[in-house]
Amino acid sequence: MIDSSLRWVDDRLGVAKGGRTFLDKIFPDHWSFMLGEIALYSFVVLLGTGVFLSLYYVPSAHEIVYHGSYIPLRGQRVSEAYATSVGLSFDVKSGLLMRQAHHWAADIFLGSIAVHMARVFFTGAFRKPREFNWIVGVTMLILGIVNGFLGYSLPDDLVSGTGIRIAYSIMESIPLVGSYLGFWVFGGNYPGSGIILERFFILHVLIVPLLILGLLGAHLGLLVKQKHTQFPGKGKTEHNVVGSPMFPTFMAKTTGFLFVTTAVIFLLGGLAQINPIWQFGQYEPFQISYAVQPDWYMGWLDGALRIMPSWEWVGWGHTLPLEVFLPAVIFPGIIFNILIIWPFLETRKTKDLAYHNLLDRPRDRPLRTAAGTAMLTLLFMTFFASSTDVMANFFEVPLNDVLWFFRFAVVIAPVIAGFVAFKICNEMRAAEGIGKRKRALIISRSSTGEYSTTEAEPRPGDGSEELEAIPVPTFIDLVPPELATGAGVRRVMR
Amino acid sequence: MSDESPRLEGPLPPAALDDPHLQPYAKHPEGTQAIAAVALIIGFLGFIGFGITYWVSDNTQWEAVTLGVGMLGLGFGVITWGKYLMPQGPFVEERHAFHSTEDERAAMTAAITERGGMVVKRRKLLGGLFLLGSTAMGVVLVFPLLRSLGPKPGRTLFLTNWKKNSQLVTVDGRRVTADDLDVGGVLTVFPKGYEGSSPDQVILIRLAKLGPFDAPYPLSPPGRTDWTAQGNVAYSKMCTHLGCPVGLYQEQTQQLVCPCHQSIFNVNAGALPEFGPAPRPLPQLPLKVDNAGYLRSQGGFDQPVGPGFWERP
Repeated sequence: MIDSSLRWVDDRLGVAKGGRTFLDKIFPDHWSFMLGEIALYSFVVLLGTGVFLSLYYVPSAHEIVYHGSYIPLRGQRVSEAYATSVGLSFDVKSGLLMRQAHHWAADIFLGSIAVHMARVFFTGAFRKPREFNWIVGVTMLILGIVNGFLGYSLPDDLVSGTGIRIAYSIMESIPLVGSYLGFWVFGGNYPGSGIILERFFILHVLIVPLLILGLLGAHLGLLVKQKHTQFPGKGKTEHNVVGSPMFPTFMAKTTGFLFVTTAVIFLLGGLAQINPIWQFGQYEPFQISYAVQPDWYMGWLDGALRIMPSWEWVGWGHTLPLEVFLPAVIFPGIIFNILIIWPFLETRKTKDLAYHNLLDRPRDRPLRTAAGTAMLTLLFMTFFASSTDVMANFFEVPLNDVLWFFRFAVVIAPVIAGFVAFKICNEMRAAEGIGKRKRALIISRSSTGEYSTTEAEPRPGDGSEELEAIPVPTFIDLVPPELATGAGVRRVMR
Repeated sequence: MSDESPRLEGPLPPAALDDPHLQPYAKHPEGTQAIAAVALIIGFLGFIGFGITYWVSDNTQWEAVTLGVGMLGLGFGVITWGKYLMPQGPFVEERHAFHSTEDERAAMTAAITERGGMVVKRRKLLGGLFLLGSTAMGVVLVFPLLRSLGPKPGRTLFLTNWKKNSQLVTVDGRRVTADDLDVGGVLTVFPKGYEGSSPDQVILIRLAKLGPFDAPYPLSPPGRTDWTAQGNVAYSKMCTHLGCPVGLYQEQTQQLVCPCHQSIFNVNAGALPEFGPAPRPLPQLPLKVDNAGYLRSQGGFDQPVGPGFWERP
């Protein structure tokens, strides 16, 4: 059956040779290589739940009278977008589960991208020949953040509407073209001609996901073509890959992982409330809620806006709102540009043009580790700064103090963190045998009273590493060797 | 990257069933198989549970739990199968350099520069014309792609609908009198006919209970004392930072707070920003009381409202 259908396809497309090579493809085993898989699988969940949501959501600012089952809203005039979003939560069967799972999946998608990226960065997996894939990855991160913002803006609730207002003002802050940009994106002065939800919708469900899908294909295609990196270890060299074959082992594990990731997202989606838009109410441009924060991946930008001093520049008949333009446009621009050019910066410094398929231990590259730590600390600080008001309330300290703390912390903390990381790396490098699993020492006393030590046997888990890695066998003799007597049984001795 | 080992062509050599690489990782495969089987059964039951929940109650929590248990069971079962019961390996695959030889690179470069160059150099006119045409296409396509999106800003950002004698109304269109608010009260108002309009939103605050013949409320900066009306003062509600509604009024400290990024404005001093990222005071709307006791504006704002932009002088 498989034979005959494969024959049919192979006659026409010639897939057997390449297909077999693909099935034999080796994936190295390490827990940190699954971080990217989380991103991939949460994207799958995003596509699935997103299709579900798009069947019910109407991206329209047109006002209708709400008649759904959420009693406090009945009889009120609300936008169709808000009415259908609340309807998705209360009147569509399984709708709330799907809506919340979609939101959680987006948060997990971007979270796993961030952690995956940190893994790639700190282990030097972006080095030659993988610079392309690093850039593709950074681009997907940017697109993911953009699409997350577009997505949570769609329900037209009070919190997200405020976010759209802020986005408009950020566009407006760009010198020369700002007002034009805002007017063209929104179809007029804020809130525009009422078309913004339609525009956000088509960007969110078609254009940006299509770009991400294309880049995702490139990301995985490059991974297959260039083969995965691996950590140094027994039998692992720059010229081979040691691990599990694509079929069946990797396929089984990764399919299981798809199910587990999806399970976690749906458990969160049904058990942990997220974005209860019916509590926020519909967006009105003159209404506002207290203690509003964007989704986590926008937090660093919000925090940067909060701690920026009010440095507006006025002169020559023009205004340059630096208090917005610097933290909301220039700051992320610098961060993403540093990320994109990092592989080339590093090559320029190290003059290292060799291929690298074995990963670095972070401690072996103290400068890179220090730089990454400093960058992460900066982002964490701006992230926490996005909740200055909540912190001031929680710790019962004046808002002023919290703000000044973060103004200093964003400068000082990265320097300290980078310095400490650098020191730790150097200390660890100096310690011998670090990171190796320790074996017990057996102390014995001889009859003459002399003490001596011997290393204990390797732990059970280490046993499999003692095997030499072999190529994936395509044919396996199903007859046990002791019964293998007749002709036709192939046996290969190693 | 050198490639010393010969590339294996065709099927790889077969292996015997007792090859240690093909043995499962699990020490007790039968027991492990039982665990995987139980997980898969639990997964199956979870999905059945989801079907029943959906059919019977559509309870979000139970749907999540049943679906989650179903997927966790299936996932856990398949991972156990893959990790502990499939050949433990380790298996190895050679990496092969994917860069081309120097000759192939040279040939590719030559194809572009020489073959292509020959054609283009010989027909410079055609090349130039094609370049001209495609540039023109690029330029004109910008118009429908960008210019059609919306109107030009023009003077829009400088203007609001507040004119001389505009009537102050609530979002429902109710007219506001000078005595509608108690001391410490706030109200969002609009010019009549533009209820709910974003750039026209104004926050009306009652600072003191003053009658028509009392001395005006002592509001700084000087020259604005007669912009208040019987202790009422009105500021644009659009934050000068990012345009959020400045909706929090702290009566004790006489401050307006923007909940978005914590800019704080001094209500007594012409809404001067005291703290936070906002660069400018909230523009003030001069008020007066008409003969019927209703609040009206003496005129529009003396400056553009809301966040800064390039064309703002």
